[in-house]
Amino acid sequence: MTLSDPRGTVEDVPPAIEADGLVKRFGATTALAGASLAAAEGTVLGVLGPNGAGKTTATRVLATLLAPDEGRATVGGYDVVTEPHRVRSLIGLTGQYAGVDEALTGTENLVLIARLLGQPRPAARARAAELLEQFGLTDAAGRAARTYSGGMRRRLDLAASLVGRPRILFLDEPTTGLDPASRNELWDMVRSLVGGGVTVLLTTQYLDEADQLADDIVVIDRGTVVATGTPDELKARAGAAVLQMRPAHGEQLEVVRRVAGELAGATPTVEHGTVAVPAADEALMPAVVRRLDYVGVRLAELTLRRATLDEVFLALTGHRAVDVATADQTDVRETA
Amino acid sequence: MTLDRTVPRDPATAPAPSPPASRRATPAQWASQSVTMAWRSIVQIKHNPSELLDLSIQPIMFVLLFTFVFGGAIGGSTDAYLQFSLGGLIAQNALFLTIYTATGLATDLQKGTFDRFRSLPIARSAPLSGRILGDVLRQLWSLVVLLVVGVVLGFRITTSPLAVLGAFGLLVAFTLAFSWTSVLLGVLARDPEKVQIYGFTVLFPLTFASNAFAPTQTMPGWLQAWVSINPVSRMADALRGLLVGGPVAANAIATLLWGAAFAAVFGPLAVWALRTRV
Ligand SMILES: Nc1ncnc2c1ncn2[C@@H]1O[C@H](COP(=O)(O)OP(=O)(O)O)[C@@H](O)[C@H]1O
Ligand SMILES: [Mg+2]
Repeated sequence: MTLSDPRGTVEDVPPAIEADGLVKRFGATTALAGASLAAAEGTVLGVLGPNGAGKTTATRVLATLLAPDEGRATVGGYDVVTEPHRVRSLIGLTGQYAGVDEALTGTENLVLIARLLGQPRPAARARAAELLEQFGLTDAAGRAARTYSGGMRRRLDLAASLVGRPRILFLDEPTTGLDPASRNELWDMVRSLVGGGVTVLLTTQYLDEADQLADDIVVIDRGTVVATGTPDELKARAGAAVLQMRPAHGEQLEVVRRVAGELAGATPTVEHGTVAVPAADEALMPAVVRRLDYVGVRLAELTLRRATLDEVFLALTGHRAVDVATADQTDVRETA
Repeated sequence: MTLDRTVPRDPATAPAPSPPASRRATPAQWASQSVTMAWRSIVQIKHNPSELLDLSIQPIMFVLLFTFVFGGAIGGSTDAYLQFSLGGLIAQNALFLTIYTATGLATDLQKGTFDRFRSLPIARSAPLSGRILGDVLRQLWSLVVLLVVGVVLGFRITTSPLAVLGAFGLLVAFTLAFSWTSVLLGVLARDPEKVQIYGFTVLFPLTFASNAFAPTQTMPGWLQAWVSINPVSRMADALRGLLVGGPVAANAIATLLWGAAFAAVFGPLAVWALRTRV
């Protein structure tokens, strides 16, 4: 395959995951409104979007759990609608809600999957032990998954999706609800999987997660793709960092806004007496400090922080990332 | 993006070299996957002692309570009552057990386990057929427990071993057909607690408004009309016939017809619910 060919380019390899114009409606809700994406073999595609954007729906369509209303998708070259069984033989899925059987032990959960995949009993046991070892669950192997912590359950879930050595892995918000330590562990596991040649589609609500793991990012909002690119490209467009300034005297807010906007070449937002502006360039902070000092503005607070998803959205789409799920619920309540 | 992978491949996670190219699971694979799923549903009991209680202690308690509390009043003596009531207790217990199909399915749907199964290259129906196979095993276990407890308390099987086998067969046939209602309930409710509430709301009146525990003649006329056609009554009578003697054929046929009716109505509905709601 082209992967081992040093002259090979991405274009030579058919995408491991390819979706074209996916539409999925649930009654009045349009969860996917013509979403297209592609992941090259052996890479991580980050699907970034707020709650309710359609990430889970897209994952479920690609993992053959849900038929799209329109559009088509192939995984590993097979159509997800017409050849679901073949697609399933290539993929692993870790859903947003851990799919482990809480009434079974760690070992039993993995043996179950291995047996379902047709492995003989001894091979299934060996495979389970191997994965439990790799995911640091050997000590808990004999305990019911019900007694596991959130992080352990996630790891067991990921292990379960790897039993059949999938070539393509879907991870739907794998780190939501995890503490930072478990999150970092999971990131390392994803990296080692990709190192082994697995293609990963990972959905997330966190820009830094996509930044950490993804080769390419697709930003989705209300079921449509609003931006595509490498993390660097998106950060260049949206500003990876945000410079936040609060003048000591409220009446100087306008001056700060003007100066920051001029130097950053972007439109600042003003909220709660604080001006925030995308900081694409490291030189922005000293420049702003010098200029504000020159015009006699004293800052009570000055911070350089990572851009939130909301700010990336604002920069990429011109509107804020609305939480569609909650917005929908409000709509329902209003119309009820 | 780099295609130059320097990270060494991890043997535990490296992808399989070539995928199986089959378009769907073969019948043999379906059978073995169903057995694996049934194994899973039985192993669950090991980690959930309350279910073992449901499966063993509860039927025993019912036998003891009904025999010693109501037996004298309803049947004249505990002995005579046990000869009458055990068939009814078996029928009632079997219907209660069908709820497991629904709670198990609802739990799998709620927890995402069902999605995991559906993402595997296995037969579409294996998660369901495996669960039902597991539930049949539960039925048989419970039936054995009831018969043993009954015999210990003085119940006398007066028919042939073949007739007892017939009782097992009838019970399994009816509960298999009836479990389609349970499948539908599990898929629609998607929540094991709701399943319990809805399920027992139907099953309590269905099983108690029958001749399982008291003879039909002792009831008011309007109730007798229902009790005499109630599938639980017909199965209880068939089981009595098969265990202690009496008319079998008409009751067994009525039971099976009821089963066929449940399957004919709820089978397609359940399949529709699985197709559209899962
Ligand atoms: N089974 C369903 N029935 C009805 N609406 C659904 C269903 N699944 C998702 N939705 C709706 O579709 C939209 C997208 O949901 P989802 O794909 O779960 O988003 P995300 O995973 O990005 O949070 C939301 O508005 C959600 O409420
Ligand atoms: Mg989601």
